[in-house]
Amino acid sequence: MPFISNTPQQQEQMLAEIGLTMDELFDDVPRELMAEAFDLPRGLSEQETRNRLMELAEKNATHLTCFLGGGFYDHFIPAAVHSIVSRSEFYTAYTPYQPELSQGVLQATYEYQSMICRLTEMEVANASLYDGGTALYEAMMMALRITDRNKVIVDDSVNPIYRVMIHSYTQNLKIELEQTHCEDGLTNRDQILQIIDDKTAAVIVQNPNFFGCIDEFSDIAEAAHDKGSLLIVSSYPVSLGILKTPAAMGADIVTGEGQSLGIPMSFGGPYLGFMASAKQYVRKMPGRIAGETLDMSGQKAYVLTLQTREQHIRRDKATSNICSNEALCALTALVYLSLLGTQGLRETAQLCADKAKYAYKRLTAIPGVEPHFRGKWFFNEFVLDLPYEAADVIARLIEKRFAAGFPLGRYYDGMENSILISVTEKRTKQEIGMLAEALESVL
Amino acid sequence: MKLVFEKSVPGRRAVRIAPTNVPKINIRSDLLRQKPANLPELSELDVVRHFTELSRRNFGVDNNFYPLGSCTMKYNPKVAEHIASYPGFADLHPLLPQLRMGGMLTQGALRVLHEIDLLLREITGMAEFTMQPLAGAHGELTGMMIMAAYHREQGNKKTTILIPDSAHGTNPASAAIAGYSVVSIPSNDSGVMDIEAVRQHLNDDVAGLMLTCPNTLGIFNPHVKDICDLIHSVDGLTYYDGANLNAIVGKARPGDFGFDIVHLNLHKTFATPHGGGGPGAGPVGVKKKLVPFLPVSVVIKRNDGTYALQYDRPKSIGYIAPFYGNFGVVLKAYVYILMLGKEGLCRVAENAVLNANYVKERLKGHYRLAFDRLCKHECVFTISERMAQNGIHAVDIAKALIDKGFHPPTVYFPTIVKDAMMIEPTETESKETLDSFIDAMIEIAEQAENEPEKLKTTPTTAVVCRPNETIAAKNLNIAYL
Ligand SMILES: Cc1ncc(COP(=O)(O)O)c(C=O)c1O
Repeated sequence: MPFISNTPQQQEQMLAEIGLTMDELFDDVPRELMAEAFDLPRGLSEQETRNRLMELAEKNATHLTCFLGGGFYDHFIPAAVHSIVSRSEFYTAYTPYQPELSQGVLQATYEYQSMICRLTEMEVANASLYDGGTALYEAMMMALRITDRNKVIVDDSVNPIYRVMIHSYTQNLKIELEQTHCEDGLTNRDQILQIIDDKTAAVIVQNPNFFGCIDEFSDIAEAAHDKGSLLIVSSYPVSLGILKTPAAMGADIVTGEGQSLGIPMSFGGPYLGFMASAKQYVRKMPGRIAGETLDMSGQKAYVLTLQTREQHIRRDKATSNICSNEALCALTALVYLSLLGTQGLRETAQLCADKAKYAYKRLTAIPGVEPHFRGKWFFNEFVLDLPYEAADVIARLIEKRFAAGFPLGRYYDGMENSILISVTEKRTKQEIGMLAEALESVL
Repeated sequence: MKLVFEKSVPGRRAVRIAPTNVPKINIRSDLLRQKPANLPELSELDVVRHFTELSRRNFGVDNNFYPLGSCTMKYNPKVAEHIASYPGFADLHPLLPQLRMGGMLTQGALRVLHEIDLLLREITGMAEFTMQPLAGAHGELTGMMIMAAYHREQGNKKTTILIPDSAHGTNPASAAIAGYSVVSIPSNDSGVMDIEAVRQHLNDDVAGLMLTCPNTLGIFNPHVKDICDLIHSVDGLTYYDGANLNAIVGKARPGDFGFDIVHLNLHKTFATPHGGGGPGAGPVGVKKKLVPFLPVSVVIKRNDGTYALQYDRPKSIGYIAPFYGNFGVVLKAYVYILMLGKEGLCRVAENAVLNANYVKERLKGHYRLAFDRLCKHECVFTISERMAQNGIHAVDIAKALIDKGFHPPTVYFPTIVKDAMMIEPTETESKETLDSFIDAMIEIAEQAENEPEKLKTTPTTAVVCRPNETIAAKNLNIAYL
């Protein structure tokens, strides 16, 4: 049998030793609850399985040149990343509950937390959450606990996918969600300043925002803090290679999607939710945290710490229900950042911005293509208005082997002709030129 | 061992970024970071050596026996890793199917999601699955949200969830963050949730029940169906925590027991690796009356044989994950199920249960069984009286096992057993491995009874020995800055 080591003879021998038959092993399950039969296919050999799955893989379009982003990006991944995280001592291990056998994962987690703190300039970070969306939801819940308030303001320039997730999670809770509307490409501070009050637990913003525009939230942070509310910033980690950090803007909690840090797109997961905050809030944080300590002989060692926040100890009073997290993805991000280093990350981020600007210039030179937001700084994504429905133009560009961007009409009323185009360091000048030619040819 | 940051040499580089001939732009300076991120500066060899050394300070299923109870540390087939790295899967952008006609660009991936749904329906007896939940606990939260949506629609004002005291901590935590209050039901003398206790706590406030069956003691509750019926009698819903499905997979189906909602831990029963703590995947299956509440999007098969995403589900609880779940993990579980097939799947629970009972029988003269009866996929021991008198605790047995080359069982859980040691061998382990583990446990038992001091200083062979958790929490140092 596949993946079962014991031979039928050994199974018989073991049964004899404990004096039971295979059927008797299930005597405690009432007869009427035993299934009669399972309608399942026969098992496949490895060769058959690989052939079948290769066929399925080939039915997925990976021949397209990718200008699709929206929070999930086609960055270059050095080969060493996969090679390192494929070491089975890492990937076949469980949660590091036995520190003596888990110093590798524990030290890596501590290093990862340090890396997230260095990127964001925040003081503390956790070991990971599921993804950027659930991380933002957890940050919101954390802010509610910290402030003991129930109103939350979210600007609609925050990733719409995350906003709909937050909406789902709050359906059964007494939380008042208020949405402000981004008009000129930047977070709507006028509206935020108008509605923020002493019931507001947090203001949620994103940088660069969903439209790719770069914002500066110091004014919003100040207004939030004046009312005793917190500022939660969702951020794009690669952009932090050059952009002002959330900490420098006064953020209290920072979250984000870590997929851009060396993690393949894999059709939506597994990804990496990261979370960092000011140190004063660490005891309200969700998720595992690794900390440094000493062992019996006074040697430096790492353990899971502040576990009294967590479900296995606090049960229904825990700061979150999370147990399994995205440890291997956190390791991936750590390895990626170690390989890039200070310079490598800065160059990568700068290249994203340079190439995006170049693409913006090439594309806006096409008659009928107009920038949607004028005079705004953007990082590696921007919004263009097309003469026709963007979804239609994108469909036509797929025939020319481009995933040209995302049609914003899907999430924003009145933006049916707008396309969100993303450019990473991986795109070449030539590919950008070809996209421009293709776009011009379909308009 | 030094931290990656301590090995940094200014100016050293691993990755060279491809040169480009597009003009450099200068973003307005007040939008830029003031100081560089201060990441380590290392060569590729430095990085590889650092992480190789870290990996040597870690222990996985590939190293040796890992009988961590409740975690189902079975072997993770290599072929699944191989397939997940096919570019057709790994390089697939999740927004592609949301483009017009985009579903046609991802037919292979959508088919995987649809087919594993069908397979899991058959395995569990549920009507439909969502692959979106990103781990077991996330599945529990999704399940609680579905319960809440159902009761909202029924016009029910229900506020409590019944959960046995032996439940995993995620159960009460998930119920609580979904807005419910939790009523803990004590286990009876046979180690299971008592049907009388359920009856006592039953009233119109009860929105539902969360149950793990077999439970965290490895015991199957013979009254599971009656308990489900009782909950249904007050229009409550029943939730099956499928973390322990390995005990009955291919033998019995939670759908037939009367459960309305189940989650599965693909990273347990379906052999996907735990990754040092994650990622996992926690698909949720529901009975027919709850299908309309499942999260969007839903993968459907059209009449023409193509696959598509459906969003138009007005009663849906909405989006709970950004896309279609941890696709890479779901894919590996799909591969595993395809390879097992019908014959293989039935053998899983049989051998998992055989291995657990074998260990239980052979060790029961040396440690005290929390409940001396037939077990399912795991058994829970505690220390003998003599060991207790010697000042020995579960932790000492665990640490001594490390010196024998094994990963310890889960200790101190379930919390209702003092000094619990929860052993789950899984079906993939051989008799030889179990025998050598049993021998080691027996040797340790003898030491615990006769030379207890020796155990107090174990492990002696690991890279560290009993790191101090109190110091870690008191002198909090969780980042190197
Ligand atoms: C019984 C039980 N329920 C739920 C969970 C939670 O699963 P996950 O860690 O995938 O969130 C676990 C995991 O250990 C478990 O053992």
